Amino acid sequence: MTIAPIPYAPAPESVRPTLRSEYGLFIGGRFVEPKSGKGFRTINPATEEAIATVADAGEADVARAVDAARKAQPKWAKTKPAERAKILFRIARRIQERSRELAVLESMNGGKPIKESRDEDLPLVAQHFFHHAGWCDKLDYAFAGAKPKPVGVCGQIIPWNFPLLMAAWKLAPALACGNTCVLKPAETTPLTALVLGEILAECGLPEGVVNIVTGGPDAGRAITALAAKGKVDKVAFTGSTEVGKAIAKALAGSGAKLTLELGGKSPNIVFADAALDQAVEGVVSGIWFNQGHVCCAGSRLFVEESIHEDFIDRLRNRMRSLRVGDPLDKNTDVGAINSKAQLATIQRYLKAGSDEGAERFEAACDLPKKGFWCRPCIFTGVQPSHTIAREEIFGPVLSVMTFRTPEEAVQRANNTTYGLSAGVWTEKAARALEMANRLNAGVVWLNTFNRFDASAPFGGYKESGFGREGGRQGLSAYVKLGGAR
Amino acid sequence: MSPANATRVEVAKTLKLYVNGAFPRSESGRTVPVLDAKKRLVAHASHASRKDLRDAVEAANAAQPKWAAATAYNRGQVLYRLAEMLEARRAEFASLIVSIEGRTKGEAAKEVDRAIDRCVCFAGWTDKIAAVLGGKQPVAGPYFVFTMPEPMGTVAVMVPDERPLLATVSLLLPVIAAGNSAIVVAPVAGKPAANAPLAIAFAEAVATSDVPAGIINILTGARAELAPWIASHRDLAGVAGARLPAADAKALELGAAENLKRVHLFHDAPPFDDDAFWHSPFAIQPFVDLKTVWHPSALQ
Repeated sequence: MTIAPIPYAPAPESVRPTLRSEYGLFIGGRFVEPKSGKGFRTINPATEEAIATVADAGEADVARAVDAARKAQPKWAKTKPAERAKILFRIARRIQERSRELAVLESMNGGKPIKESRDEDLPLVAQHFFHHAGWCDKLDYAFAGAKPKPVGVCGQIIPWNFPLLMAAWKLAPALACGNTCVLKPAETTPLTALVLGEILAECGLPEGVVNIVTGGPDAGRAITALAAKGKVDKVAFTGSTEVGKAIAKALAGSGAKLTLELGGKSPNIVFADAALDQAVEGVVSGIWFNQGHVCCAGSRLFVEESIHEDFIDRLRNRMRSLRVGDPLDKNTDVGAINSKAQLATIQRYLKAGSDEGAERFEAACDLPKKGFWCRPCIFTGVQPSHTIAREEIFGPVLSVMTFRTPEEAVQRANNTTYGLSAGVWTEKAARALEMANRLNAGVVWLNTFNRFDASAPFGGYKESGFGREGGRQGLSAYVKLGGAR
Repeated sequence: MSPANATRVEVAKTLKLYVNGAFPRSESGRTVPVLDAKKRLVAHASHASRKDLRDAVEAANAAQPKWAAATAYNRGQVLYRLAEMLEARRAEFASLIVSIEGRTKGEAAKEVDRAIDRCVCFAGWTDKIAAVLGGKQPVAGPYFVFTMPEPMGTVAVMVPDERPLLATVSLLLPVIAAGNSAIVVAPVAGKPAANAPLAIAFAEAVATSDVPAGIINILTGARAELAPWIASHRDLAGVAGARLPAADAKALELGAAENLKRVHLFHDAPPFDDDAFWHSPFAIQPFVDLKTVWHPSALQ
C-alpha cells in the first residue's frame, strides 16, 4: 500500500527575534569589540542569507574572557548558594518568557524545524536551568561527606546541532557548582548563545561569571591551550571524536579536568514482536530528528530478518509523508542541513554507500532552490564492513541491517568503537531489559528514542566520550571532591 | 639472603608475578634486586615486560564478564573473604613494611589495619554502589527512567611510591568492587617505598581468597616503562592511580587519548589515610560507566 503525500498549505511561524545587526564578544558582562578586529557573517542555512555579523575571537580575546572568568570566580563561589540558585531560577523563567523568539532564532541560524526548536530544544533549555538552579544549595547532599568544591574556570566548547540546549547543558551545572565559564558556541550557530548572554546580564548574573566567545576552531584551540597551561581548570567539549581525542592529548599531564561528549553510530534494534507502527515512528525520530544532526542518532537500524520486508515497506511509506523544507514552517518535519560543508560530507557518504553496493531509497519531495538540503534516505543491503555502517554521517541517512537472534543483535550492535545510545523495540519486557543490560551504550531507549531530560544523565561509553550531563551524576564534572588542594 | 654462617639457611622466596591465578616468572626472564631499608639484598623481583602486560590484559578481559555478572552480594562475600586472608597475614605485611620501607612497627601496624579495614569497607559497597551512584530519575514526562552504574572492563591500577599496601587497597578495591577486573602495577625500583615482596604477599592473599583467577593480576615492574603500553592498550578500559610522578601521569593521559580509556588519577583527592574520602562511593565512581535506560510508562 502506498500513501500519496498529503497536500498542505504553508504555516509559517510569524514571531521574529529581536536581533542586533552586529555582535561583539560577551566578556565581563557586556558586549565588547574583539581585539582580533575580525568578524564573520552568520547565515540562515535554509536561505543562505546573512542574519548578523559576529566577532571572530582570537587568542587575545579568549585570554581576556578567561581572565574575566578567573576574576569573577572567587566571589561567585562564595555567593550564598541559595542566592546563586535564585539567579539561575530567574534565568530559567526569562528563557521561558522568550522561548518562542529563541526557538525561531534557533531555527533561522541552524536550520532545524520550528516544531523541534519550539517543542524540544527550548523547553529543555529552560528545564536545565531550573533543574540545576535547585542544586546550588544541595551539593553537600549530592556529594555527602566528600566536601564538594568548585573546579574554577570552565572552558566549554559546544556544537551546532543543539546550540542553545548545549549551552544550557554546559552552563547550568557549572554555575550551580560555583564555577565561572568561557563558552564557545559553534562557528555556524552563534546567535542564540549571544541572546542568552543578554538574558544572563539582564537576570543579574554577575559580570564575568559567563563569557561567550564566538569564532571558529582556533578560538576552541585557544581555550584548550590555556587549559594546558593551567589557566582554565576544566574543559567540557561536545563534538566529534577526532577533536575530542586532540583535546585529550593537549590536556595530558596538565591536571585540568575533562569531559567529552562525542560521536556515535547508535543501533536501533527492532524485534519481530515489536509494535511495528510505533517502531516505525521511533526509527523516524531516531534518524530524522534534527536532520540526523544528532550525536545519539539511531543511524544503524537492525531489523529481525523475519519482518525485514514488511518493516521496510512501512518505513518507506512513512518516509513519503515526511515534509522537507522551510524550517520556520510549522508543518516541516525535516529542515535544512546546517552548513554547506556538512552537506558535502553527507553527500560523500551517500556516494560511498552506493559505491560499496548498498541500495538507496529516498523520500521523493521537492527541495527549495536555495539553501542546503538533503532528502531523508535509507540504505538497505548494508554490510557491517561498509563505510556507512561504521562511520558517523551526522545527516539524514539510515543504514539498515538484519539479525536472526538476540545474541546476534547484541553482537552487531556492540560492534563499534562508539557507545552513546541504543534503541530496542519489543513488546517483551524481559527481552527489553536483557537488551538494556547487554548493550554498551550510555543511554538505552526501550520502545522510545531520542528522549532527554535535565534529571537524566546523558553521555557515552567507549569512544563516545566520558562524563555525564544531567542529574546528580552530571554535577560530578563540575566539582572537586575530597577537600584536598 | 641469610648469611652463610647462620645456624639455619633461610628458605628465601622467589618473587614472581601473579597473572590469571598463577605465579609465572616474567616471560622476559628479567629480575631486579630487592634491597631492604638497610640496603641489604633480600630477594630478586620479577621485572614485568610489555608481553607480561598483554598476557595479563588477556586473562583479565576473559575473566571479567563472569565477575561482572556475579551478584553484587556474591562479590561482596568474595571481597570479605579477601579481607580475611589479609588479616591472616597481618604480621607478614607489617614486617615487610618495617624491613623494606624502613618504617616503624607502629606505623606499619597502623597501615596494615587500615588497609584491611578498607577492604572490609569495599566488601560492603558492592551491593550499594547502584543505590548511591544510580537511581530512578524523575523526568518530566511519562517515562520510567533509571540510571545504573556498570563496570567498564579491565582497569590498570598504578601503585605510587608511597605506602604501597594502603595505596594498592585504596585504588584496587573500588575497581573490583564495581565488577571490573584489574592489573596492578607495583613498582619494583621506585623509591622511597617500592615493595615487591609486599606486592607478592598481597598476591598470595588474593590467590588463597575466593577472588576468581584473572580478576586481580599483579605485575611487579617499572611503572615508567609500562605506562605508555598501558595507556595505549586498546583492550584496557581504564587506569586508576593517585599521587604519581608528573611524568607517569602525563604518559598515561597522553596515550589514553588514543582510545579515550578512562584515566582517573585522583588529582584532587586527599592522602590515603583520609577514610572519609577513600571509603566513599566517589572512589568508585570514576571506574563505572553510567547507563540511563528509558521506557514509556503510559500507553500512548
